[in-house]
Amino acid sequence: MALSRRTLLGVAAGVPVSAALAACGSSGPGSGGATTYWYLNGQPQEGVRAGAVKAFNKAHPDDRIKDTTFQNDAYKTKIKTAIGAGRAPTIIWGWGGGTLRTYAKAGQVEDLTPWFEEHPEVKKRLLPSSFAAATVDGKIYALPGETVQPIILYYNRKVFDQVGVKPPESWDDIMALVPRFNAKGIAPFSLGGQSRWTNMMWLEFLFDRIGGPELFQAIIDGEKNAWSDPRAIDALTKVQELVKADGFIKGFSSITADSNADQALLYTGRAAMMLHGAWSYGIQQARGGNFVSSGGLGYMNFPPVEGGKGDPGNTVGNPAQYLSLSSKASADQKKTAKEFFAKGVLQDAEVKSWIDNGSVPIRLGTEKLLAAAKNADFLEFTYDVATKAKTFGQSWDQALSPTAAETLLDNIVKLFQRSISPKQFAANLNAVTSA
Amino acid sequence: MSSLAGHQPRRGPRSILPWLAVPALVLFTGFAVIPLVGVFALSFTTWDGIGAIHVSGLTSWRKVLTDPGLPHALGVTFLVMAVSWAVQTPLSILLGTFMAGRQRYRAVLGVVYFVPLMLSSAAIALAYKALLDPNFGLGAGLKIKTLSQDWLGRPGLAFAVVVFVVSWQFIPFHSLIYQGGVQQIPKSLYEAAQLDGAGRIRQFFGITLPQLKYTIITSSTLMVVGSLTFFDLIFILTEGGPGDATRVLALDMYKRGFQASLMGPASVIAVILVLVGLALALLLRRLGGRDAGASQLEGV
Repeated sequence: MALSRRTLLGVAAGVPVSAALAACGSSGPGSGGATTYWYLNGQPQEGVRAGAVKAFNKAHPDDRIKDTTFQNDAYKTKIKTAIGAGRAPTIIWGWGGGTLRTYAKAGQVEDLTPWFEEHPEVKKRLLPSSFAAATVDGKIYALPGETVQPIILYYNRKVFDQVGVKPPESWDDIMALVPRFNAKGIAPFSLGGQSRWTNMMWLEFLFDRIGGPELFQAIIDGEKNAWSDPRAIDALTKVQELVKADGFIKGFSSITADSNADQALLYTGRAAMMLHGAWSYGIQQARGGNFVSSGGLGYMNFPPVEGGKGDPGNTVGNPAQYLSLSSKASADQKKTAKEFFAKGVLQDAEVKSWIDNGSVPIRLGTEKLLAAAKNADFLEFTYDVATKAKTFGQSWDQALSPTAAETLLDNIVKLFQRSISPKQFAANLNAVTSA
Repeated sequence: MSSLAGHQPRRGPRSILPWLAVPALVLFTGFAVIPLVGVFALSFTTWDGIGAIHVSGLTSWRKVLTDPGLPHALGVTFLVMAVSWAVQTPLSILLGTFMAGRQRYRAVLGVVYFVPLMLSSAAIALAYKALLDPNFGLGAGLKIKTLSQDWLGRPGLAFAVVVFVVSWQFIPFHSLIYQGGVQQIPKSLYEAAQLDGAGRIRQFFGITLPQLKYTIITSSTLMVVGSLTFFDLIFILTEGGPGDATRVLALDMYKRGFQASLMGPASVIAVILVLVGLALALLLRRLGGRDAGASQLEGV
């Protein structure tokens, strides 16, 4: 017998993973049938998204949208696989930027520029800064939606009072606070390091504060050796100094952000500060007992770095979330989706839900609603940060191509573990981002 | 060996027999052979998983074979394989021999040992991840210092945890195989040994172990080849981290293909995985001796 059973067993054992992964795409909807919409789960955001779909379906009983939810990190893979397999949902939820560019270049998402010309009222009611990440080579491929989410430096006021210190006003203050908190057995910063993009937020701010937005723009533009710029090396070195000084919670490498454990560390007072997206406010409010309502949560923009040239008003994060239309969808599905874009996205009820949950929707003219809201202080702070920033940098992993982003995230983890030096980090990344 | 022909019923069942293999063959072709051919073809292309597929010759192969990540991933894979084999085999043999006894309490314990095998890898990984959480896990909850290590955050510890969880999950299965193997050993061998004055330990090493030779080979093949496909467990526990400390080949393939959108290089790794699996299976078969059908019961 040429092929023994064990040989076959060996072959069979090697294959299931790839076979199973390839099979993932088959659970997605085909190009016929109902209009489908995939988005992220996790409360409170999931409820608002579902609410918008429900309201739309109620008003359009004949053109209903079928929605399905996914966990953040899993969704990033799932959606790529589904699109590649030609089984994308009609409406593709995403972060815009580099990933959207890949979809657009492959002709997988519809050019919405003509639609925006037909519906100028939609464009007029949204924050102008939200369109940059939806635009590829001058054409708009996605409808900006939901909320603006700058990255914010949160802190636990109760812990600060207990130790008798003040929130940092500069990078040197941060470094000086680290030993003060460590001496009391409180971690200076919480960090969900296994999720990787959590570590990345630190670099985004340090690059901006030290070198200004031009520093990362040079990387996006594919300039040669852009990561080896002395200011970039300085930022990378600073982050390693913070790690070395035990600036982050013990065990940060194995904490994931999807489980919200990093945020739990802050509201339970085991960590004093945390760099996280604006969406974290809603989570801490929902899960932290009376932590937020009793005024325990403090927040501020990332402080300046001594001698840096970046404007301390700048911010980074997600300028919006983005809804694209699959070019593979049927005419009927596209019609329903466009109707949803015009009459279902960011309607008054959805705007109100976002505000109630502590987020700032990207609709213009919501100042009064924000001021009247339960979380007015935080919302107005976020709105100010988002609208007054000279530069609103998009999250790096979303701005770069998926291939470069993966190398970036991988190396960031190693940088935070101090298993590679800033110079090695720069060399590894120059190799993938130089045009 | 005596011919079995005499015991076989004549025409009917014999002509049906080959057809019984058809469902398995169809499944195997659909889920193993066809994807395998596809993966092999993809390894000579450049594809981001979304756009058009471009044929690019050996580019992907060159890229993967010169990447220092490959020897690292191979090293981690073989280390997981070797260490988990070395942990599982002795424990499985001992447990299997223990469970082979006819006493009722052993049967009850056998059922208890069996429990981990009934859980899905994903559930096991999630449970261990929660238990080992440095801030909210078992150690922190019970305030036991030794238990509140940074289990999944330090390279050596994370590796040990992966091996531990893998063993915890699969020892029941292999114990079951050994239990069956031990029960097959003729009682007369032990009776003879007892008459000759051999103690229990001497009996174990003199009779049980040699008689289990083929069981050991079967179980080792399953362990070794199966360890190439550890994916779900490691993916959930550590995502290959910290850094790339637990990034086995299967995980490397997934990360390149589905996270970095490099389907070409990911396919190369898939092909390497299949080749390694085949080579190992053949090697283990060789270790079993030329004639795997040879009887261990000569003269009994």
